[in-house]
Formats: sequence, C-alpha cells, structure tokens
Amino acid sequence: MADTLRYRDDEPVDHPAVTVDAFLDQSNASAVRIEPGDDARALVPHLERLALVEVNFPAFGDGRGYSSARILREAGFEGELRAVGDVLVDQLAYMRRCGFDAFEPDEQFDMDDVKAAFERWPEVYQSAADSRTPIWTKRHA
Amino acid sequence: MYAYDQYDQAMVDARVEEFRDQARRRLEGKLTEDQFKPLRLMNGLYLQLHAYMLRVAIPYGTLNSLQMRALADIAEKYDRGYGHFTTRQNIQYNWIKLEDAADILADLAKVEMHAIQTSGNCIRNISSDHFAGATADEVVDPRPYAELLRQWSSFHPEFSYLPRKFKIAVIASEKDRAAMRLHDIGINIVQNDTGELGAAFYVGGGMGRTPMIAPCINAFVPLDHFVTYAEACLRVYNRYGRRDNKYKARIKILVHELGAEEYTRQVEEEFAQLLDQGIEPPLAELERIRTFFEDPPFDGDADAEIDRSDPDFAVWVDRNTVPHKQPGYVSAVISLKPVGGIPGDATAEQMRLMADLAKDYSFDECRVMHTQNIVLPHVRKADLHALWTALEDAGLGSPNLDTVEDIIACPGLDYCSLANARSIPVAQKISERFAANGKTGTLGELKLKISGCINACGHHHAGHIGILGVDRKGVENYQLLLGGSEAEDVSLAKITGPGFDENGIVDAVETVTSVYERERQDGERFVDTYRRIGMNPFKEALYG
Ligand code: SF4
Repeated sequence: MADTLRYRDDEPVDHPAVTVDAFLDQSNASAVRIEPGDDARALVPHLERLALVEVNFPAFGDGRGYSSARILREAGFEGELRAVGDVLVDQLAYMRRCGFDAFEPDEQFDMDDVKAAFERWPEVYQSAADSRTPIWTKRHA
Repeated sequence: MYAYDQYDQAMVDARVEEFRDQARRRLEGKLTEDQFKPLRLMNGLYLQLHAYMLRVAIPYGTLNSLQMRALADIAEKYDRGYGHFTTRQNIQYNWIKLEDAADILADLAKVEMHAIQTSGNCIRNISSDHFAGATADEVVDPRPYAELLRQWSSFHPEFSYLPRKFKIAVIASEKDRAAMRLHDIGINIVQNDTGELGAAFYVGGGMGRTPMIAPCINAFVPLDHFVTYAEACLRVYNRYGRRDNKYKARIKILVHELGAEEYTRQVEEEFAQLLDQGIEPPLAELERIRTFFEDPPFDGDADAEIDRSDPDFAVWVDRNTVPHKQPGYVSAVISLKPVGGIPGDATAEQMRLMADLAKDYSFDECRVMHTQNIVLPHVRKADLHALWTALEDAGLGSPNLDTVEDIIACPGLDYCSLANARSIPVAQKISERFAANGKTGTLGELKLKISGCINACGHHHAGHIGILGVDRKGVENYQLLLGGSEAEDVSLAKITGPGFDENGIVDAVETVTSVYERERQDGERFVDTYRRIGMNPFKEALYG
C-alpha cells in the first residue's frame, strides 16, 4: 500500500475505519468504510459523528463510489472523504470533483503525474461536489 | 450550427493533451493495457480484429464543409482513404495506428471535433433527428437540447465508469427518425396544453441481446429541470445497474428488473435530492445555444417547381428528397448504399465532394443519418438537378432511400472481433439481387438491417426485415427476422425459424418480399402487410 495523499489541513483520524454495518450497529467510531454495494445515504443521519469516510474501489472500473462521494457531500459532509483501493492517477481529477479530498491507492502514484492530473482541466462543463464554476454559468455571469 | 467558444475549444484541446500523455505512459509501461483500455475507449480507440478503430464523434450528426473535409484528410493521411459512417451518426476509421491517435485527435480539435466518449462505459455522443430544423413536423429544433446534454455529459465526473455504455437520443416530433425508444434514454421535446416546452423521458430501451422498447417514465419534465432529471436517471443507474454480468449491465435490464414504476420512483426520489444542489444550467445557456440553430437565410422566392424532364433525375427526386418546411426547398439524401457497395462507406474524394456540395447547395451543412447516409438538409429545388448530376458522376446518386437497397449493416466479421458472421457481403448480395430483379422501386419502403452477431449493432431487431449472423457449428449462418421498426411505430422483429447460409438468406429475403407482393393491399408497406397477415404466410413460403 502506498502513502495517502491528503488535500486538507486537519489531523488525520488515527483509528481504522469500520464497516457501514458495524457503524450503524451503534459503534462510536468516527471513521467508516463504504463498499461499492453500500448505500451511502444510510450514513446521512450520522454525518456529524464522522470525521472520515473511506470509499473503497476494489476495481477501478466500478464507478459506484463516485456517486457515494457526491451523495455525502451533497448531504453536507465536511469530513475527510478518502478513495482507497484500485485508484488510478487518471481518475483523480474526476474523483476530486465528486468530493474526494484524500487518496490511498494500492499502488504509489508518480507525483508528476498527479500534478498533471490536477492541472489538466482548465474549466468544467457541469456542477459537481467541488466549488468549480461550470462553463455555462461563466458564460452568463 | 453550433460553434465552439474559447471554453469549448480549451476543453477539447486539454483532452488531446491528456490523451497524448496517457499514450506516452502506456508506451513507457506506466499503464497496463487493462488500465489504458478504458482511457483509450473514452477517446474512441477500439481494438478490432486487424487494427485499431477510431470512432469520431459527430454531435447530433451535424457537420460543416470544413469538418467533412478534415474527415477526408484523416482518411487519407492515417487510414486507407475511406471512412465508415455509423448508425449513431458518427464516423469510424478501421485501420488506425495507436502511435497516430493523438495526432488525429489534434487534427480534429482544429476543426472543433473530437472522439470524446465515443466508446467505453460512459455517456456517448448524443444523437438526434437528422431532419432537425428542416422538417415541418417538429415542435422545435431538438438540437439545442442535444447540445446542452453534450456539454453536461462531457467529462462528467460521476458518470464515466458506468456499468455499461450509455446512449441518449433527442427528438422533438411525433415522427421518430432517431430510434429514440431504442436508446438508454430517449428524449422527446414536447409542448403541453399551455404551450410550454418540456421533455418526455423514455428510459431503458436498447437492442443488443435483450432488445427492449423504452417505457415513458416522465411525460413532461419542465426545461428548467431538464439536466437535473437526466442526472437523477443516471445516478440511479450508476448506483444500481448490474455490474456482475456485462450482458445484464445496460440500464434496460435495471428498468426491466425493477419495473418501470419502481425505477421511476427512485429517479423521482433522487431528483428531489438533486433539485436544491444547483446543478441545472441557466436557461440563458439554452437561449445562447438556440441562436446557433436558427434558420439559415432561405430564399423566400425559391421556385416550387422541379423540372422533371430527365427521367433518371425524376426517380432520384422521388426517392431521395424529403419535404422541407420552407417552400421551394427539400432535404436531399446522398445515398451511401450503392448497389454492391459497403453500407455507410465513403472515400476521401467522396467526402470532399459532399463537403463542396454542402457548401454550394445547403448553407454549408450536412448531416449523418442513423441509416448511414448523408443528408443535405436545406437544398433549393432549383439546385437539385445540378446537385444530382454531381452526385451521379461520383457514384453517389443511388435513388434508394428507405428501400431494400438502403441496408444498415454492422462491420461484421470483416472487421469486428466479436462477430459470428460477415454482414457486408450479405448486404452487397442483397442489393445486387434486388437491383438485378428490378424490384427495389416497387417494394417501396422496406427497412433491412443486418447484424453480424447478437450485439445488434446493425439494429436487426428493428428492421422490417432483420438478419442476424450466428455461428452454427463453426459455419456462418443467418437468421431471418420480420416486423421490427425503430420509428414511431416501434416494434421488435421476430425470428422466422431455422437460419440460412449466405446464399440462402438472400433467397429468403426475396421469398418474403414475394409474399408481400402477393398479399399487399393498397398503400401497405411491407411491415404493414406483415402486421396484418402475421408470420404464417411468410413461414410457409420459406419452409414449405
Ligand atoms: S453486431 Fe456484433 S459483429 Fe456487428 S459490429 Fe456489433 S459486435 Fe460486431
């Protein structure tokens, strides 16, 4: 496993994340891990208690985690949202847009590639969970 | 037509650089083929039997002459001098080298074109009515809505790793010329009783191995909720579409398994959540896009009469031109179905000629039809003879629109690694047979569609006559289907019975047309007769 890339200033959570089921079964954990089949909305009533949500990508082609991330951000989650697992550098820009602010890939990234990935898109076409202003809004500002 | 501003251009340019970088990392071994595959697919690069295929997006099928000329140049510079227009209004090149791909994308970007999301498990190029803006039967021009969805779906951060590919078509007429209900989402722009415009959403249609006709899930989505509603449809699919089996991963299976009602309920719930997220574009954007699709400066005095003294020309006019909303004009279809030819193929020279003709006779615009022909949308009747003469000289004057010769065929075993059987030679033999027996004209509208395997890229389920290539103990075999339609009378074709070999299927097609000739009543098309008399008379004639 590689280092975690973090794009936030607070202290990382120091205990391991529990499963959604364990968390909902009344744990006092403040970190939880979502698997692709989990319903992210089940966490919405408890967001206050959560400092970290890990979204697992067992295979990079399974895009359910992108929706999970956005759903949590749309519900107002402000803690750390970390993509873990088969996370590839070419997915970082979209993941960031869906609200992820930390990445723990199975395989270490080349930091030049990471930089290029985040600098790639001069604009965005649509709204997502980040604060970027879509082109269609800029056109009519 | 739509023109890029600095934003659109910057995005397409960024994509070219991204792909160049990805290809470099692939060559350096930093990306495995498995990791690279979805990236190249999202740039239209598909590995076929003999080489890479590049599929270039033609949003809602519309091209100007500069773009058509650029497509010709690419065919010559990077391919074997021709290209293949597809059933989703795109163009494919079949002999591309990976090393050239980034340069081709750069060439495309210079003329406001790209290959973004023409393959892969993402939202594909949006298709539309090829007679948009020209036909009298539309409520409004559907293309601004298609363009809005193009922007929304381009580089969509949440929906780029969907369970499977996702195709959207937008129309705005009771007439369906885009197979709208056979798409993952079909949208019909409609007007309600108070004259307000809205979008009817049909979700979960498709062909492939499990063909389905999309049910209407919402008959009127107001335009200021248009994009948000689409987002809700996609999110439910992204979360709950099946990922355990690639053959069950299309949205049609989700809608079918949940039932349209339950799927709709989930969409409405998601929509309610999304509504206050502020993702809807400003309505001013739709207004801005609309200005690109205003009528060209028609000649108000254009002559309504056509000089029909040349009989060959008159046949072409009757067959290949379509009424226009503007008096004195027609839409003129350039057939890419010469007898014995490859459906949808055009050489670089032919593309350049079509570019010139679009410029001279159709306000610099042409469109790719989903039937793999090219239409010049706005041609003055007075210019038709000159147009036809130029087409005839270039082998593009076949008068066979919507006839048995106007065959849709997928690439089949000549190119496609998934194929069971060849499609192209069958199409060639059928058009030759009917040209020789002289029946093409008398059979009238007859939509014949051929797929080389069950994936149905040739839309065989939706053919008045469909042909499906299968593998029978290692031998190519062809099943015959009857009674499909992708138009407003949408229906799925049914298999007649045991299949045929390559020559047998050509005979079989002729046999079923003979049944039609014997049984037809006044004004009936082949498919009307089939619907009236049913399968049995055809079966008897085929299998005795
Ligand atoms: S229908 Fe089958 S053979 Fe034809 S192009 Fe599609 S996958 Fe290939």
